[in-house]
Amino acid sequence: MKRNAQLTGFASAIRISSLSDEFKHPSTIDTIPPQSKKRKAAEATVASDTLSAQRSSKRIASAAAVKEGPPTPLTTGSPMDSDDEFMSGMSSDEDMLQESDNDDGSADDFGFDEPEPDLGYSQKGAVEKQEKRKFDINYKVYHPEDIQAQQDDLIDEVNMILDIRKEDAAILLRHFRWNKERLIEDYMDRSKKVLEDAGLGPSMTGPPKLEVIPGFMCDICCEDEKGLQSFAMKCGHRYCINCYNQYLGQKIKEEGEAARIQCPADGCKRIMDAKSLDLLVGADLQTRYHELLTRTYVEDKDQMKWCPAPDCTNAIECGIKKKDLLRVVPTVACDCKHRFCFGCILADHQPAPCELVKMWLKKCADDSETANWISANTKECPRCNSTIEKNGGCNHMTCRKCKHEFCWMCMGLWSEHGTSWYNCNRFEEKSGSDARDAQAKSRVSLERYLHYYNRYANHEQSAKLDKDIYHKTEKKMIQLQSASGMSWIEVQYLNSASQALQTCRQTLKWTYAFAYYLGKVNLTAMFEDNQKDLEMAVEALSEMFEKPVQELADSKLKVEIMDKTSYCNKRRVILLADTADNLANEVWTWHPKDLFDYFKS
Amino acid sequence: MAALPKRIIKETERLAREPVPGINAVPHEDNLRYFDVSIHGPQGSPYEGGIFKLELFLPDDYPMTPPKIRFLTKIYHPNIDKLGRICLDVLKSNWSPALQIRTILLSIQALLGAPNPDDPLAPDVAKRWKEDQEGAIATAKEWTRTHAMT
Repeated sequence: MKRNAQLTGFASAIRISSLSDEFKHPSTIDTIPPQSKKRKAAEATVASDTLSAQRSSKRIASAAAVKEGPPTPLTTGSPMDSDDEFMSGMSSDEDMLQESDNDDGSADDFGFDEPEPDLGYSQKGAVEKQEKRKFDINYKVYHPEDIQAQQDDLIDEVNMILDIRKEDAAILLRHFRWNKERLIEDYMDRSKKVLEDAGLGPSMTGPPKLEVIPGFMCDICCEDEKGLQSFAMKCGHRYCINCYNQYLGQKIKEEGEAARIQCPADGCKRIMDAKSLDLLVGADLQTRYHELLTRTYVEDKDQMKWCPAPDCTNAIECGIKKKDLLRVVPTVACDCKHRFCFGCILADHQPAPCELVKMWLKKCADDSETANWISANTKECPRCNSTIEKNGGCNHMTCRKCKHEFCWMCMGLWSEHGTSWYNCNRFEEKSGSDARDAQAKSRVSLERYLHYYNRYANHEQSAKLDKDIYHKTEKKMIQLQSASGMSWIEVQYLNSASQALQTCRQTLKWTYAFAYYLGKVNLTAMFEDNQKDLEMAVEALSEMFEKPVQELADSKLKVEIMDKTSYCNKRRVILLADTADNLANEVWTWHPKDLFDYFKS
Repeated sequence: MAALPKRIIKETERLAREPVPGINAVPHEDNLRYFDVSIHGPQGSPYEGGIFKLELFLPDDYPMTPPKIRFLTKIYHPNIDKLGRICLDVLKSNWSPALQIRTILLSIQALLGAPNPDDPLAPDVAKRWKEDQEGAIATAKEWTRTHAMT
């Protein structure tokens, strides 16, 4: 028994996100301008209120969050009510209240502006239009040609200022890890030492060339035949061209070395420059060499990292320092659409900070917990005890045997879940008296872990199963086009929905790892409310999304899906903004309390 | 087997013609890339008086890659492990194709004279060397007597 197999995943649909950006629902275009003007005005008042810079930036963040998508008056009634209450509760800020009122009043004409889930991250015009959100960070994506151009510019500059050969300028820059200012300063002070340290001896005249020297014997291969071509760098260590070729091949191909290939002589620190290298090896090695050089350029720069997506050749520059990582979760999005954390290179793990992610992953990988979660991977139907493996996205399970409907998370009746007292995401600590008993205590801690782990793994699994959703969505869209006569643009809402599901599940997944390490205080309750709202919205959207094509063609359902999509995105932004804010201000309480102390010290 | 490179022939000839004092390296007749090596423990070291046997193999891409060398005689030394493998920079990252068999063997002999417990291959030996140097040296001497003087 399983969920509708068609709708298994939301994980890999990001690639078409640009489409939804360009082709919004027609009604958006007409109605948005007055709206956004109004909003801009509201933000302006907010910004001018400079009681405290921090506070105002927080407001802007929440205002931006509200702006991104309206609440969804057209969909189910009861969760929305709780949401409005929740939002006013979240911020004591009057502007915030006003904002939500505005939204409620005008939501009808605003209802179709569905943002793509990663709107704030994409490097399109959207970024300029949007106020910066609390959890957004500044970064830039560089393509291979940009990276090359950057290096060339720096090399040219040093070449002109210091009047040295370009090859040598490149070696010097690499030696100084591309810190141009320090290089020039040091070079001015003591050029001889700088050159020596970088592996460039004193004498530097004439271009490199191959020579035939009578009576020469190569110290490496001991060949001494007549007419043997040989080469020496400025250090004067002379070897034959064949040995050089082999030596450089070994270094470049086997060892992946480029920027610091030394002279083959024992103990000689002279560095091989690009021009000499081109003279000594064939085209394939040259290409590889230059590739490796570019790689070291990015690796040498603390503020640059390669995009970890397979086959992506872009690099990202971001000013986040290591010590900031407890307060910021620096998620960046490459032009290839891969979203990852600049701090640890893992896939996007907002809202959890890197250190927490590391601890959580270690804990989950730890053998001691394995046995526990293995038992958690399959469950029995609460009514007929059939063993069930979940292979689909949404948590609303219907037993194929007995038709029992229940929630995969809490195994409770599904009929109890549609209302605002859906409480399935929250772990209730056992009372203090239980804790006194050591056995009970360990059981509680295990239960606590399993509670969060189950929810974490559940979202992760959903995301994994949904890997092929992109094709399925596409197929669905084509089917829908022919079934309903809708145009291609008109069915893009399915694409937006699948993206929203995927992004939100990724966020939800990490909220559970995050919650596991949170102390139980009022802030946490607020966080859990946010989490609950997002999760409910995601499950609802997930269920709508799984409907057969015939039903999807119904325009009422379409509107509902669009509403839910934008609602999910909005809830996600609110959750992330709130968490990021508290993280930046260091107001979270951790469980245990000293969780990050070692990292700070 | 491919013809032996000139470099290896020349090195072998020179090793026979001008042997290094305290070091002996002879290639196998059936495999000229495989050498039986013996090194005398340096004077003033705990290995003095011992003769240590090693095997040395020149891989196909020698001299672009370093020779493979291993102690056959048991030895108590912080940079040499139970299997006789040697931790020496010139055999790894600092290898240069301009180095030769004789220079490498000299480096190994020097390593016997100057153990480096800060860069250990045998952690237990290195630990003892740092905490109880006298005791470690005594053990090294004893091992030399038992294994390297027969």
